[in-house]
Amino acid sequence: MTHQFTKDDVFYYANFARIAFSDDEAEQYAAMLSELDKFAERFEEVDTTHVEPMTHPLHQVNILREDVPTEILDRGDMLASVKEHEDGMIKVPNILA
Amino acid sequence: MNFETIVGLEVHVELKTETKIFSPAPAHFGAEPNMNIHVTDLAYPGTLPTMNKRAIDFGMKASMALNCEIAPVMNFDRKHYFYPDNPKAFQISQDKRPVGSNGWIEIEVEGKKKKIRIERVHLEEDAGKLTHAEGGYSLVDLNRQGTPLIEIVTEADIRSPEEAYAFLEKLKAIIQYTGVSDVRMEEGSLRCDANISIRPFGQKEFGTKTELKNLNSFNFVRRGIANEVERQEKVLLSGGKIVQETRRYDEATGQTVLMRVKGSANDYRFINEPDLSEIHIDQEWMDRVRAEIPELPDARKARYVQELDLPEYDAHVLTLTKEMSDFFDATVKAGADAKLASNWLMGEVSAYLNAEQKELHETALTPEGLASMIKLISDGTISSKIAKKVFKELIENGGDAAEIVKAKGLVQISDEGTLRAVITEILDANEQSIEDYKNGKDRAVGFLVGQVMKATKGQANPPLVNKLLLEEINKR
Repeated sequence: MTHQFTKDDVFYYANFARIAFSDDEAEQYAAMLSELDKFAERFEEVDTTHVEPMTHPLHQVNILREDVPTEILDRGDMLASVKEHEDGMIKVPNILA
Repeated sequence: MNFETIVGLEVHVELKTETKIFSPAPAHFGAEPNMNIHVTDLAYPGTLPTMNKRAIDFGMKASMALNCEIAPVMNFDRKHYFYPDNPKAFQISQDKRPVGSNGWIEIEVEGKKKKIRIERVHLEEDAGKLTHAEGGYSLVDLNRQGTPLIEIVTEADIRSPEEAYAFLEKLKAIIQYTGVSDVRMEEGSLRCDANISIRPFGQKEFGTKTELKNLNSFNFVRRGIANEVERQEKVLLSGGKIVQETRRYDEATGQTVLMRVKGSANDYRFINEPDLSEIHIDQEWMDRVRAEIPELPDARKARYVQELDLPEYDAHVLTLTKEMSDFFDATVKAGADAKLASNWLMGEVSAYLNAEQKELHETALTPEGLASMIKLISDGTISSKIAKKVFKELIENGGDAAEIVKAKGLVQISDEGTLRAVITEILDANEQSIEDYKNGKDRAVGFLVGQVMKATKGQANPPLVNKLLLEEINKR
């Protein structure tokens, strides 16, 4: 069943991505998302009963690194690129958990 | 109405690797803020994660020790959220295919054994640390960002705060034995959240659960669960409904406090992590990791009871930490009587460690030193009383018991002639006590023994003093 996206759906998801939309834009995206859903629905016509889920497009496996410390980012360099810092730490607006 | 308590635990354990799980920056506790960081930890554009092999080994090792099946094929996923403790805005974790699944550990509460099932063990990265400063801002330290973690999720098999406590105690011991983590709650390398619900006895369906956070010690876990169960009972009995929410345990009041109403798992928008490859684990890899797992607490406990004839209680206490258990093994190996070694470790040694707030390796005591002292007690060279003096020297300055005894002239006096001479002197000076004894006051003997011990600076062999003293009194 195709899902009809509403303006509220768009605001709900936009909130996760921290994107602000106007009402008009939300309407527009709701329509586009509904179209996309219609397109995606066609995949359900394919029989995938015995197909393993694909988790990666490349067939390389076990790309691993030895547990040896190498490069460290210099704290001074890092702090030079942040807006504000204090006592070696990055200052951010207070956000309640 | 009577309610049944249902608890599931989620335990995070920091893995003791040299580097972070997805970056080659050092991973250890206690560095200056933002000194152990890598461009990947800050999600600088174009940086890619790299998978730490040892973190996978450790995840497998812990899973195996918890009787889990190991996933032959696994991958990592992104769990999205916005918070300054993680600059990527997603945590790399394992969603559908965790490293370990379907495990269990056995606990014992009030003499009853019970298996608690473990649903899954998955690998993931820790987040950075936020300090909330006065004045409306927070300070971010990303040293911890990317430290490897395993999250251990139990089935909802726990039925009381005591079972939760026993589970954590056992889990901590097992993980500590495997050596993959320090499992120190006070340093944050072991953290625990509890999912709690209640239902009327006999009801099949679970009630709505709440998640309890900020449980900073095993005792707080026990008290927090008890308090939350009480709160839920009150809500239900007054006709209310439990809301699915996250609550925080307040150590000061002992109450649980609402933090936030929980979102659904969909809100995290899990997707596969495309920057890391799939991991395939073959038999050879599994065999190699399994071979590195040492004897675990339950096996040791059984060995202590069966081979060394220790009481169950001793075996339990000695195996709670690997350090104590290793020390005990080495002491017995160095020739000490097992029960005496157990008594000293559970008694004087533990009392000393508690009083000084130290751990065994922070003292000068060695298994050989303790064994040398126990041997001197066993062969009668020193009394238990003298041993306490020797022990103090051993635990504070180390060395060999025989040498300390010699240097300080602490050898027990077991020579009858020497003791009789002292006894005669004491009796001559205490004729009243002899009379008292003869008039039926048995306490008088205790006084006289005390005088002999005092005169010999505690070095007289006490049973021998008793025997000789009575002989001498009866001669008079």
